[in-house]
Amino acid sequence: MPSDSPAANAIGLVETKTVDIEQPLVLACGVTLPVHRLAYETYGELNTQRNNGILICHALSGDHHAAGIHAGESRPGWWDHYIGPGKPLDSDKFFIVSVNNIGSCFGSTGPTTINPETGQPWGADFPSLRARDWVESQKLLMEHLNIDCWAAVVGGSLGGMQAMRWSLEHPDLVKNAVVIASSMKLTAQNIAFNEIARRAIKSDPDFCDGNYLQQNKAPLRGLALARMIGHVTYLSDELMGQKFGRQLRIGDLVDRNADPVEFQVESYLNYQGDKFSDSFDANSYILITKMLDYFDLSREYNNDPVEAFAHANCNYLVVSFSSDWRFAPERSREITDALLAAGKKVSYVEIESDKGHDAFLLPNQRYEDALRGYLNRVAEQLEGQHP
Amino acid sequence: MTQDYSFISNWIAPSSKVLDLGCGTGDLLLSLQKKHNILGYGLEIDPDSITQCIARGVNVIEQDLNKGLTNFADHSFDTVVMTQALQAMRYPHLVLDEMLLIGEQCIITFPNFGNWRTRAYLNFRGRMPVTKQLAYQWYDTPNIHFFTYADFEALCLERNINILHRQCIAEHFPDRQLKSLWPNLFTQTAVYHLSR
Repeated sequence: MPSDSPAANAIGLVETKTVDIEQPLVLACGVTLPVHRLAYETYGELNTQRNNGILICHALSGDHHAAGIHAGESRPGWWDHYIGPGKPLDSDKFFIVSVNNIGSCFGSTGPTTINPETGQPWGADFPSLRARDWVESQKLLMEHLNIDCWAAVVGGSLGGMQAMRWSLEHPDLVKNAVVIASSMKLTAQNIAFNEIARRAIKSDPDFCDGNYLQQNKAPLRGLALARMIGHVTYLSDELMGQKFGRQLRIGDLVDRNADPVEFQVESYLNYQGDKFSDSFDANSYILITKMLDYFDLSREYNNDPVEAFAHANCNYLVVSFSSDWRFAPERSREITDALLAAGKKVSYVEIESDKGHDAFLLPNQRYEDALRGYLNRVAEQLEGQHP
Repeated sequence: MTQDYSFISNWIAPSSKVLDLGCGTGDLLLSLQKKHNILGYGLEIDPDSITQCIARGVNVIEQDLNKGLTNFADHSFDTVVMTQALQAMRYPHLVLDEMLLIGEQCIITFPNFGNWRTRAYLNFRGRMPVTKQLAYQWYDTPNIHFFTYADFEALCLERNINILHRQCIAEHFPDRQLKSLWPNLFTQTAVYHLSR
């Protein structure tokens, strides 16, 4: 049971580690990365059987800092509500690994790091990536950390896609996959939103065909706009209505001469866009949105998800959120139905929430109970209480 | 309700694939998992029951039975079970058809409204029966279709449903002693094993 005191529950100070993986990584596009760097964090201890590892797979804009607090900072990691001692992903029971994936921009090899062949940042020349490339890179980290088998691979959105891909590519290395607010492939509408975001970035004069770092520039306005579009799609109409309604931050619509007028939602979105463009890399955004677009779980299995999941060996928990229209509950139902038809053990919950796609990151009692219940079973099985 | 579970258990083959419609907190599936090593799934809509199923290691799918079972392939289960829920379905006969389509066999349990106690309640009090088994007022009951043992027999005949086994359950005197003579009058819970 969780402690009543949040302070007693907190995972406390955590440190980011980096590792240079020196085994060549052959990417799906054919390019080989002879060496690649991964930034990662771990919470908890690996047991002697080396089988209590849980891999956290981040989504489009996520990073390795999933829980705890960095020295000198006050903001905890992005999934701190669910990771830590006594929390659903219990660091007293599991060895939790959270990695920043290649192509991203938080310390792992990606567009902002130096291409050893040119001595310049990779920029737009960073090789095209697929979700399986992240899986293979994570597998090399798994070997580095001496983990024999993942007790669970867990992720939301693009993270859920990685969890599913793990279960197909390395069925004997995954006992459980927790697939949250995800999809077996993006819909046309979803790809459309990603393309609008990419176009916004590329339209910024400071984009310089992706070579902005060499010119000491950054397409901040384009990236902010891309994020603003994305952000709206990650929320629900209902939530935005509740949060902002038609409240004004500046001005007055009754007095027709009171100019300028600014809605709260405008101010909020602009702030979110600017905050994001200060911390994320535009080439990474383009690279990873394309990775989302290209993902198709069953492409190489005759486009048959049932045939795809027939290769899996693990149990699944599939979670969706009622107001998520970017990765709608129907997409999670499709995953569940394919798993059922393939005869895999699966549970599916649709969590009532008004928080849209972002719900997978936010506190929600039912969501928490489902994760806790499922992962407690996983922990008990590790201890052999329920063989 | 443990007595109907023991009949159900006898009709389920070891290691078979079982779907429980309206599985509640997963008691039946859990006992079948332990006893027969079945591959079981439950459908449920109550959030707390779903949470409990997950915590107990019962595969549970959040799905509203009244919205149909079209997501399941024909003959994809050995047995489809529904305990004490048919009377709460919007269209029980269509649910039965779907169950017999996705399962090779079906097991149904329901409260027999033809039991003499409910008859007497309605007859003498002139009010809709509120019993231990049917513990709701007429206006708030989830049980929207009351039917009897004889009604169900007639439905099976009418729709060409094959009755493999039937069991009548009655706990009290004299029901327990008389249920085989006059099942429609003395059965409290009916348990049917069906196929197409």
